[in-house]
Amino acid sequence: MIPGAFEYHRPSDTASAVSLLQSHGDEARVIAGGHSLIPMMKLRMAAVEHLIDLQDCQDMKGISVDGDAVTIGAMTTQHDLIESKILADAAPILHEAALQIADPQVRYMGTVGGNVANGDPGNDMPGLMQCIGAVFTVLGPNGDREIAARDFYEAAYTTAREDDEILTQIRFTAPKGGYAYEKQKRKIGDYATAAAAVLLTKEGGTVASASIAMTNLSDIPVWSEAAAQALVGGACDADSVKAAVAAMLEDIDPSEDNRGPVEFKRHVAGIVLTRAIERAWSRA
Amino acid sequence: MSKQHIKFTVNGEEKDVLAEPRELLIHTLREQLNVTGPHIGCETSHCGACTVDIDGKSVKACTLFAIQANGTEITTVEGIGSPDDLHPLQKAFREHHGLQCGYCTPGMITRAYRLLQENPSPTEEEVRFGMAGNLCRCTGYQNIVKSILAAADEMNGVKEAAE
Repeated sequence: MIPGAFEYHRPSDTASAVSLLQSHGDEARVIAGGHSLIPMMKLRMAAVEHLIDLQDCQDMKGISVDGDAVTIGAMTTQHDLIESKILADAAPILHEAALQIADPQVRYMGTVGGNVANGDPGNDMPGLMQCIGAVFTVLGPNGDREIAARDFYEAAYTTAREDDEILTQIRFTAPKGGYAYEKQKRKIGDYATAAAAVLLTKEGGTVASASIAMTNLSDIPVWSEAAAQALVGGACDADSVKAAVAAMLEDIDPSEDNRGPVEFKRHVAGIVLTRAIERAWSRA
Repeated sequence: MSKQHIKFTVNGEEKDVLAEPRELLIHTLREQLNVTGPHIGCETSHCGACTVDIDGKSVKACTLFAIQANGTEITTVEGIGSPDDLHPLQKAFREHHGLQCGYCTPGMITRAYRLLQENPSPTEEEVRFGMAGNLCRCTGYQNIVKSILAAADEMNGVKEAAE
């Protein structure tokens, strides 16, 4: 499997990468870890004339935690996320999710920015970022702008990012309370049949706040306010978990593929959400 | 789209190759440099037979353009040990029947090498988790895990004896 020919660029900073994108228009694509793009190029499902390699853009790497403000450079790899002690303390849900992405080799290369920017419904980070209320920074010819993860996804592989913009960083407030990222997959390295990201806070034995997002159950991630609302104020008992699952099932829209028919996916969605809520509650 | 010079170190030797940007690293290694330890298995980033070590990371060489590795240090199974001086992992795979057909073995050993650099005393569960990107269709993995745990013991023993 040999991809079509392309010209290779390796800019030394993000601003130069943006000007390359501008000058080559829709013939250009940026490459981070490349573990989504290169397989597509090998299958000739992606044709790229100009490949802009971001690996030297040091300004897009690294994790910083300042109080409860967390910033992650887009070129930070899943391996870096897993290894980061400060991130595991500030946002353990990211650690838990990153461990469930792909396999060790892919995690050394795959980046969090690529995962959120690609718009692949199978990626885990988009739903997670909606759950925690992250904000993405994109850099374009007119400078930076910020887009909430909850407003970023428009359709499969279509996002609010313009073609001449690069997603450079992710910001969020360190989540409080209990958390869980629960994923069902056929095998290591597969995308989710269904996955759920859950955050819960507890006050006096009841759920004070909740946020729930689902992965690979629609052509975009599903942040289900109704599911979260079904938990708030209750004691997170079996009935309220059932109500949350029922509300979530109203919001998802899975389609049949080689991971199973629609009914099976809805069944799995209910199970992963139940497990995620129970685990998050036990940690709240 | 013409060929470009790419420089990197392979098993300690500096190499300068000419390749089109679209050439995958696994092809450069095998076809231009005759480094045939890394194998082409699935060619779709799943099986791990092509695993090489690049600047301290285990990487599937079928999912990287050679030009992306410009300036890096690459280690393949050939650089980990030699027939006269086997690495403890290679010895352990032989002693514990960690291979049958041997096709996945270069990737297994190269990945296990990095795993033990990062975690010199892994539990069985950590070995299984850390080796999840490498597929073997012969052994059922039991003896691969056994080999890696034995190699870790051997390497830790050698270290302790030296102290």
